Amino acid sequence: MELFVFICAAAMVLAGALGVVLRSNPVHAALSLVLTLFGIAVMFVSQQAEFLAAVQVVVYAGAIVVLFLFVIMLLGVDRAENLETESLGVQRPLAIILSLGFVALLVTTIVQGRDSLNMRGDGLITADSGDHDANIRQIARSIFSNYVVAFEVTSVLLIVAVVGTVVLARKRKSEKDLTGVSA
Amino acid sequence: MIAITRSLLGIDPLFDGGLLWTPLFIVILKVLVVFVIGLVATMLMVWFERKAIAGMQNRIGPNKAGPFGLLQTLADGIKLFFKEDLLPERSDRLVFRLAPYLSFVPAFLAFAIIPLGGDYRDGNGGVVTWFGHQTRVQLADPPIGVLFALAISSIAVYGIMLAGWSSGSKYPLLGSVRASAQMVSYEAALGLSLAAVILVTGTLSTSGIVGSQSSLGSWNIVATGVIPFVIFLISATAELNRPPFDLVEAEQELVGGFNTEYSSIRFSLFFLAEFMNTITMSAVIVTLFFGGPQPISIGNTTLDIPLINNSLEGSIWLIAKVLVFLYIYIWFRASLPRFRYDQLMDLGWKFLIPASLGWFMLLAAQRLADNENWDQLIVMPLSIAVILVCFIFMQLAFRASSKNRESEGAAF
Repeated sequence: MELFVFICAAAMVLAGALGVVLRSNPVHAALSLVLTLFGIAVMFVSQQAEFLAAVQVVVYAGAIVVLFLFVIMLLGVDRAENLETESLGVQRPLAIILSLGFVALLVTTIVQGRDSLNMRGDGLITADSGDHDANIRQIARSIFSNYVVAFEVTSVLLIVAVVGTVVLARKRKSEKDLTGVSA
Repeated sequence: MIAITRSLLGIDPLFDGGLLWTPLFIVILKVLVVFVIGLVATMLMVWFERKAIAGMQNRIGPNKAGPFGLLQTLADGIKLFFKEDLLPERSDRLVFRLAPYLSFVPAFLAFAIIPLGGDYRDGNGGVVTWFGHQTRVQLADPPIGVLFALAISSIAVYGIMLAGWSSGSKYPLLGSVRASAQMVSYEAALGLSLAAVILVTGTLSTSGIVGSQSSLGSWNIVATGVIPFVIFLISATAELNRPPFDLVEAEQELVGGFNTEYSSIRFSLFFLAEFMNTITMSAVIVTLFFGGPQPISIGNTTLDIPLINNSLEGSIWLIAKVLVFLYIYIWFRASLPRFRYDQLMDLGWKFLIPASLGWFMLLAAQRLADNENWDQLIVMPLSIAVILVCFIFMQLAFRASSKNRESEGAAF
């Protein structure tokens, strides 16, 4: 059963990932990304991390990709692009080299750490306990105790990013205003 | 192995003994019943809305097909089935075909987690016995519970958004851009007011939330202090794109909105999804704030319907409560004019989200004071003062920003 679900979810993830790379229409690519995210959510569920699955769908599929699509539609770049022309000459060979390097990195990590893959973590095995909310309790406990600093720093980072974006996106005032009272 | 099967089958305790025929039969029966209830309820809801609005506007409304015009929706549906299905020339064919299903399927999925009945009295926890198996009167009771509803409502954006974009036409595109901005912004307020409910009940599962609301005083609308309910109701209306937030299909500005180019069965799928979503959202509101299938009880006296056993009575209570909210939605539609787009965004971002955050903080402070045995008389005024200071700062910021925009020559 677990294997069957894994195969289905993996097929979804891979099909989505290929779609993101290969579809020439940006909207289709974004939709393929949604497929990938759903596949990952299914994998989370099969690993008994239901809360992560829900958050994955709410945040990534429900908000982030929607914003991608929003921008694509507003900017009017939703036409199929001609992939033959390339504005940056180095980009394609550089991308190939970098992705090969990344694959090598991943493979070495898996080969190096394959002993620890067989070990079963005890962090999230909660289905037997009968407690419906054990999952969310454990995540809350680790976020707000062990990793509270990292968590808060991340939220500060996000706020800084938001403020920075707002400042950058605002229209530059005229020269007269800059010398005037308002900063 | 049992644990794994359990997690994959939606943690349905029915499958504790492995995959057996009777539990499987019960689950399939539940799926069928939920689906049929969904379709029939949608049909009746369309009729109810038309009839109620007709009554409010001093018209008769549908009255030809069937008794009281009850079969009017069915007649309209059959007509739509046999209409020609047009595919606009400039449309994106794949996405154009996909979009109606993307809005139709989530509308039904969210209905799966609503407790539709069962006996929640005397600590029974809504468990009933069918064919010798203990189960709940709801299709699924996943541990993430209400988060599932939130996830589904965030998926529902896709249907509308892609429908507008793939039509290859200007007005549908504008409608869908409006829709996605509106739904994403109001989802924040929806989630934050939901957080207040989760804070008070301490569980995500819908049956747990219903179980904790055993008397009128512990209904979440009282326990969370009305404000989260009001915010939830407003943002749910915006999430459903129902009037007064139906800018998605503002006919004076956008021809017909995101579904202008749709015809035939695809249009009817959007139509169905819209009404189905209204029913689901009413059921979610009842589950979260009004005790779902719990009967009304004050103190030790319970309003009991005689001659009907308790588990069936739950369904009757649920239907009665849901009907109240369906009527409220119809009432909104009949009496409130549509918002302007900037008013919509101001209401969402500048009022509902800060208000729900502030209220959430207040509830959290009260709870912490309870746990630590602090004096409530000191904690409450202190937290209210903090929130007031934040509110004043926020108003100052709004004033400064609107002055800035004015000096830059923006229209509003």
